[in-house]
Amino acid sequence: MTALHVESARKRFGDREALAGVDLEVAEGEFLMLLGPNGAGKTTLVRAVTGRVRLDAGRVCVFGRDLGPRDTREGLGLVPQEIALYGDLTPRENLRAFGRFLGLDEARIRTRTEELLGWINLADRADEPARGFSGGMKRRLNIACGVIHAPKLVLLDEPTVGVDPQSRERIYDMLDELRADGTAIVMTTHQLEEIESRCDRIAIIDEGRRVAAGTLGDLLAEAGLRDREVTFSLARPLAEAPAEFRVEEGGRRLVARCERVVEALPVLSSELDRLGAEVTDLAVRAPGLHDLFLELTGKELRE
Amino acid sequence: MIRAFIAIGFRELFRRKAELLLTFAVPIAFFSIFALIFGGQGSSTPDIEIAVVDLDDSETSRKVIELMKAEGALDVQMGPLDEAGDRLDLEAARALVRDGDVSLAVVLLPGFGERVPSFFGGPDEDAVLMLRDPADPIAGNVVGGLLQKIVMSGLPERMAERGLERMDDLVGALTPEQEKRKDEVMGFIRQGFDREPAEGEEGAARSPDAGSPVRARIEDVTGDGKPSGMISYYAAAIAVMFLLFSASGAGGTLLEEEQNGTLERLLTTRVTMTTLLLGKGAFLVTMGVIQITIMFLWGALVFGLDLFSHLAGFAVMTSLTALAASAFGLLLATMCRSRAQLAGVSTIVILSMSALGGSMFPRFLMSEAMQAAGLATFNAWALEGYLKVFWRGAPLVDLWPQALVLLGITTAFFLLARQFARRWETV
Repeated sequence: MTALHVESARKRFGDREALAGVDLEVAEGEFLMLLGPNGAGKTTLVRAVTGRVRLDAGRVCVFGRDLGPRDTREGLGLVPQEIALYGDLTPRENLRAFGRFLGLDEARIRTRTEELLGWINLADRADEPARGFSGGMKRRLNIACGVIHAPKLVLLDEPTVGVDPQSRERIYDMLDELRADGTAIVMTTHQLEEIESRCDRIAIIDEGRRVAAGTLGDLLAEAGLRDREVTFSLARPLAEAPAEFRVEEGGRRLVARCERVVEALPVLSSELDRLGAEVTDLAVRAPGLHDLFLELTGKELRE
Repeated sequence: MIRAFIAIGFRELFRRKAELLLTFAVPIAFFSIFALIFGGQGSSTPDIEIAVVDLDDSETSRKVIELMKAEGALDVQMGPLDEAGDRLDLEAARALVRDGDVSLAVVLLPGFGERVPSFFGGPDEDAVLMLRDPADPIAGNVVGGLLQKIVMSGLPERMAERGLERMDDLVGALTPEQEKRKDEVMGFIRQGFDREPAEGEEGAARSPDAGSPVRARIEDVTGDGKPSGMISYYAAAIAVMFLLFSASGAGGTLLEEEQNGTLERLLTTRVTMTTLLLGKGAFLVTMGVIQITIMFLWGALVFGLDLFSHLAGFAVMTSLTALAASAFGLLLATMCRSRAQLAGVSTIVILSMSALGGSMFPRFLMSEAMQAAGLATFNAWALEGYLKVFWRGAPLVDLWPQALVLLGITTAFFLLARQFARRWETV
């Protein structure tokens, strides 16, 4: 059974078409990364799934159930981009409150609260007001409040914004643990490189449409992004760079693209040698999500 | 450099509408409200409503009543006399005061005609009994003063007669020559008996006491005769005003939750907008009840307010007031777009309602127009209810008009708040 099935979702706000017929499919236990430039329609799509936006056309199914905006979304959890917590309450009190809002009984709230306090590593600070916590701690609590009812599908909207790399790693580990329990995850993020290896599939949305969906490898192949990028750093710029290189940083960096690095590298090196270049560093980079995104949308992710 | 700071200050001020309103509009609004309350906009002070009971039924007492009726500052009621031909009796007058229909009842005691005016420590008997509502302490003094004036300027013949009688008592009989002159003077005074008092004629504007032409005794009909009358008034007045502030402040958490995303998150759970508003409202009601109770307990402990003999009425009025205040808080919060806007709007609305509704200055001292305007505020209804309970010792059933209005306000405000809250619902 699919965890989430969105079909031809359309939504217009005045003159602006936020969703122009988006399709999306998430399998049970799958980790899908939802990408798109700012204003692409990601948030509207997430809000439509949670019932906060009424679609003009199309349908949303969660675990096989067709859902209107007012229907209860059993098994669906939301972790919003904002740290939407009660700052004056402690983690334990926040978890209890959201447990009640999500319709859990007292016994279940108690068990889950203790489980989650350990999971988010806040058991020793469970009775301090959340207001004074670091960004990472608040983010972890924010996630816990969205999954206290142990949903089988979780939507996370930018769960790592404003968090240091170490805390981000901790959050990614938490997501891995959720997935290990069979929870399907849909996540929007700007931390492309960190997450691309962790997710199963990627969906890219632009201007209210899904422009691509699949595994990273498939998408790169579909987009024809096979070439590696080889970058030579030079001690001094050359008088004239060879034609096969792109010049960066005033000639101090020369970048070339090649499909088979092992064969191309000796050729490029000897060419530079012949021109008397003093190479100080060499880097080889495979095409990634960033390149894919740029290729498909023509935009940087933050545009 | 200093000019740059001034320019920045004004630019910021003009871009923050709430602050701008607080800086310029609120003072003007308050000045106008207080000018209307105290300045009366040319309508001067309101007439004092009094009931008059004539137990003497003498020529003098009837004359005094006529003069009281002619007095511009007094609105004299003779009770059922006009309709049923029945004389207003002492008990009926007492009930009129107790129920707040009149501020004061003036009882002209038997022998009034003989005892008025009294001079220089004459017979030690009161001529007048004033049944007073301590809610309006000023009425007693004003009416006492007016009564002195009426007797002194309106009954010149009685003044002269009684004066001469007292002189006889004190210095002995007059000589025939003095008797003759006395008769001439009395004739002159009698001729002028019916003339209108001249402009600017002033009576003795002081409280009735043993040294005055009219000896009066004052009886407080309500408030158990305790000096703490005004305390229960102000306990209610201040409690209601601050209840409004705390309700609008606490209602503002809705806007805070909207801003930090909690509201959006809540609405993705099983919480509906109606549940959310009811939940917030229930908190506001509970908080309001506690707030008012603390205020009255403090009044009871420190100022001798008699809370414990009026617990049932207190409970009813406090619940009703807290309900209306909570709906008010929710309405303001759902109407406003930000906390800053809420702070500005609530300050204006609450202070205006409190000024008009009697939380700052008793309504019964305002002009009739202002008293009527005050009924548009819920402070007025809440305070009237508390007054009924604590001053008039009214039975619970008498609180029905206040209950009806406050419950009506609660329902209307809540429904309006629910309507305004639709903007946060599914789009």
